[in-house]
Amino acid sequence: MNATLAGLRDRLVYQGLSLGVVAMIAAAALALGNRLTHEAIGQAETADLASSLRQVLPAGMADNDLLADTVTVGAGPSQADAPPGGGSEPGLRARGANKVGAGGMKCPAAGTAPVTVHRARKAGVPTAAVFRMAERGYAGDIVVLMGVDTTGRLLGVRVVKHAETPGLGDKIEIAKAKWVLDFDGKSLGNPSAEKWAVKKDGGVFDQFAGATITPRAVVKAVKRGLEFFAAHREEIVK
Amino acid sequence: MNARGIFREGLWDNNVVFAQMLALCPALAVTTSGTNGLGMGLATTAVLVSANILVALIRNLVSPQVRIPVFIVLIATLVTLVDLALNAWLHELYKVLGLFIALIVANCAILGRAEAFASKAPVLDAALDGIAMGIGFTCALTVIGLIRELFGSGTLFAQASLLLGPRFAFLETTVIPDYGGVLMMILPPGGFLVLGMLLALKRVLDARAAARRRRPASADFSGAET
Repeated sequence: MNATLAGLRDRLVYQGLSLGVVAMIAAAALALGNRLTHEAIGQAETADLASSLRQVLPAGMADNDLLADTVTVGAGPSQADAPPGGGSEPGLRARGANKVGAGGMKCPAAGTAPVTVHRARKAGVPTAAVFRMAERGYAGDIVVLMGVDTTGRLLGVRVVKHAETPGLGDKIEIAKAKWVLDFDGKSLGNPSAEKWAVKKDGGVFDQFAGATITPRAVVKAVKRGLEFFAAHREEIVK
Repeated sequence: MNARGIFREGLWDNNVVFAQMLALCPALAVTTSGTNGLGMGLATTAVLVSANILVALIRNLVSPQVRIPVFIVLIATLVTLVDLALNAWLHELYKVLGLFIALIVANCAILGRAEAFASKAPVLDAALDGIAMGIGFTCALTVIGLIRELFGSGTLFAQASLLLGPRFAFLETTVIPDYGGVLMMILPPGGFLVLGMLLALKRVLDARAAARRRRPASADFSGAET
């Protein structure tokens, strides 16, 4: 028995087949794992989103369900640049205004992808908007969640997703440092446009020792978010 | 090899970091605090044990010529499954450890153990080896992390309750209050410095132990070797 197995193992066909079988088993295991965890991960992320929505909105600003009251903004005809690697049919752009054209996984970094905005209301009157912005950091995209009141003033900023260096770049998390609180109360005019940068670039925001790219990306994302809000204010606040 | 020998190998004689000098990339990148080192060590141990068991189970079926790709596929699958499972069912822990888990794939110590030990050993021995190597790795990372944290931020096990739950909040100690911190210890050079010092220390201890063992054997004190 063992002798036949040893003989078999030296055959090229066996080697190729065994590699293929292992790859297939691995793929099946991953598919199964994904299936089993998909729902729970979705739920956990929704719960995360709800709790971070509460973090960027001061208490008492909203009495509605922010997860339900959303509007998808962006992909307006003003931005002419086509999505990279595109081949995008014109129909896609036209549908961009409603949720169908949400483009799935595309991060809003390109400026053309639609952004889902959660609207906070008090007794039906809009008080604030909460949305995500992404910017390329040191390692992958940094996604920030930002709350903006109707005048364009920042209520709060939280980094909700990043893959920055542990111990250096992860000070953008509220759990690790209070750095993101610096954004509270800032707006496009305060500080002025050229001061919207880290101190190393002549701006007002601290960088971290050993990590400049990370805070620079966060500052850029927040600034772009404010510009996005200013450009689409009429669509969002209503 | 008996269990005692396996544990001695993993914890000291053949420690992943201090003797095999493997896995230095995650070891130096993550150990900016004791808690980070501990978290990375525990996650790696889980993957190491399951990878060793799987590899030992299929060791007779795999041709030597294709063993490396087979092991790599197995390890990558395991890491992804651990990542998914933690994300789904231990979401709070995932938010702390999540950053490290992807790094485990790049940990050559796991492939190293699969290749050097588990592919030639029975399942039980392979599992024990995984546990021993994992504990050795965890200890090494925690010690490096604690030293860097002490000099770099003046604390020990900061944020341990995030990793281990509120019951372990007592671990978090501030050794030096209002300490400015030697930033270099948190940055990569600090990692290399601490690793170098600890390696030197281990060499000294090993040399002492060897000398002590030799002395009773050669009872005369000619001191030929000194």
